[in-house]
Amino acid sequence: MNSKRQNKIAIGALYGIAGLVVLILLALLGYILASGVPQLSWHFLTAPAKAFLKGGGVGVQLFNSFYLLILAMAISFPIALGAAIYLYEYARDNWVTTTIRTAIEILSSLPSVVVGLFGFLFFVVKLRLGFSILSGAFALTFFNLPLLTRSIEDSLRTINLEQREGGLALGLSRWETVTRVILPAAVPSILTGVILSAGRVFGEAAALIYTAGQSAPALNFADWNPFNISSPLNPMRPAETLAVHIWKINSEGIMPDAKAISSGSSAVLIIAILLFNFTARYVGKRLYKRLTSA
Amino acid sequence: MKTKTTQQLEQQLKRHSKAAKLEIWGRTVSLTALLLIVAVVVAIIGFVASKGIATFTSNHVNLWDFLTGKSWNPNITDANGKPEVGALPMIVGSFLITILSAIVATPFAIGTAVFMNEISPNKGAKILQPVTELLVGIPSVVYGFIGLSVVVPTTRAIFGGSGFGILSGTCVLFVMILPTVTSMSADALKSVPRYYREASLALGATQWQTIYKVVLRAATPGLMTAVVFGMARAFGEALAVQMVIGNAALMPNSLVSPSSTLTSVLTTGIGNTVMGSLQNNALWSLALVLLLMSLVFNLIIRLIGRKGRLQ
Repeated sequence: MNSKRQNKIAIGALYGIAGLVVLILLALLGYILASGVPQLSWHFLTAPAKAFLKGGGVGVQLFNSFYLLILAMAISFPIALGAAIYLYEYARDNWVTTTIRTAIEILSSLPSVVVGLFGFLFFVVKLRLGFSILSGAFALTFFNLPLLTRSIEDSLRTINLEQREGGLALGLSRWETVTRVILPAAVPSILTGVILSAGRVFGEAAALIYTAGQSAPALNFADWNPFNISSPLNPMRPAETLAVHIWKINSEGIMPDAKAISSGSSAVLIIAILLFNFTARYVGKRLYKRLTSA
Repeated sequence: MKTKTTQQLEQQLKRHSKAAKLEIWGRTVSLTALLLIVAVVVAIIGFVASKGIATFTSNHVNLWDFLTGKSWNPNITDANGKPEVGALPMIVGSFLITILSAIVATPFAIGTAVFMNEISPNKGAKILQPVTELLVGIPSVVYGFIGLSVVVPTTRAIFGGSGFGILSGTCVLFVMILPTVTSMSADALKSVPRYYREASLALGATQWQTIYKVVLRAATPGLMTAVVFGMARAFGEALAVQMVIGNAALMPNSLVSPSSTLTSVLTTGIGNTVMGSLQNNALWSLALVLLLMSLVFNLIIRLIGRKGRLQ
């Protein structure tokens, strides 16, 4: 076989592989949306779940997912921001820094179920927080921290060295340079990173089944006192999220319409993540234009 | 000798300015945040390890029996009065499913990455890249649900039996790690300098010869990292696998018989055991195995990175 012919065959095969992969991936997305979107309705998105009967919704789970997401982001963002600033702006290139980077990398590669089990052991059992939103938020924080730190550090890296030199030359301290010069310039890409990591946190389930729990007690949406047990804001109540709900009803299967509910929930998750993705792109571009007057 | 006024003056001059105070404050706060993350890592490893070795220290299970025993039944003691905590079925299940899904995913992922980078960068950037990026973000429970509603019935129709098992798990994990491995492979190919390709084409090599003999060779460390990364993800994946594998803690005797992995036993078991009991400790030992394996994957990635840099 001459090499020209070989070339043609190989390239044809590569076209085939790429086509097949696109087909698989599109079929996947198509299946989720086609089977899930017909289930969606106002009732489905707002009604509480029913354990043994048909026609339940995912209202409580949806609320829990967002509440947990916001809490987890509120805890993890300041920590990740501080860590990234220290790593990129202050840390010298020595063995301590290398060790710390290795530790962060290890944390990011830990299976999320291990992070969840640690959360169970430490927050639920040791600190006696029980299966609660708070335990779940901490577990999600651990899951989120390394990824967010890395993405913020990458954002800081994109800012030119001249900006730092400019700040220091004006007599600003390093910290002032970071807060007044570097961070404003890095806001668009930091925000993109935050939104993308929000998407990951939103769909996480393995870290939550033994921290935030697998039950969703009914909520009274008229009661906004965080100390009442039926208040949606109470951080000490068990809170099953949407992703955990999908897992739960599929592995226990006592709900007569488990499949329809899971299809609907999957579609909601995917649509939410698509929205996060598009917002990330749009906000990043828009803010960049706004802040740099480019 | 200093008078009182010069002392005051000295104090005034030596005192930190407002900006200097702010600087110290900022530095301390950001360092604290960083150390907090390190503390979290240490705490996770410490806690899981101390729980995981309790099976061997306080329940006196032989480590070798644990790793090679074939029957997992912590509630029952065997003829010698020892609890049956052989983790081999789960360890084999985890490795089998990881290796199989990596074997299936690698050619597809690298082929697609080559297509995106070398053959049709235009279509790659327009169609393939956004699609893969999007799929990296799909939650694993969704993959599990699709596995349950599409893959398992298909396997059942073709091979008979229940449809749950290693094969279904492999299919789900294949699709799940495909986007990750593809986008990392594409990054590896992107970092091959352009003049390598030009030199090869100038020597009269065809496009395929250039890809096969130059680009793929030069990108090998990066491609290996991508595959190992995918394997690490497959090994640690819990819920998607748990939903389709069948959850029978038996040695997998065929690819379509129900079996289990480390993660699937953990997710189903930990809530049904009492803290501190042998049954519970044995599960923590499985978690420890999982943790150690993830450290090993990390090490492999590092070694590949170091070797790749030297060349």
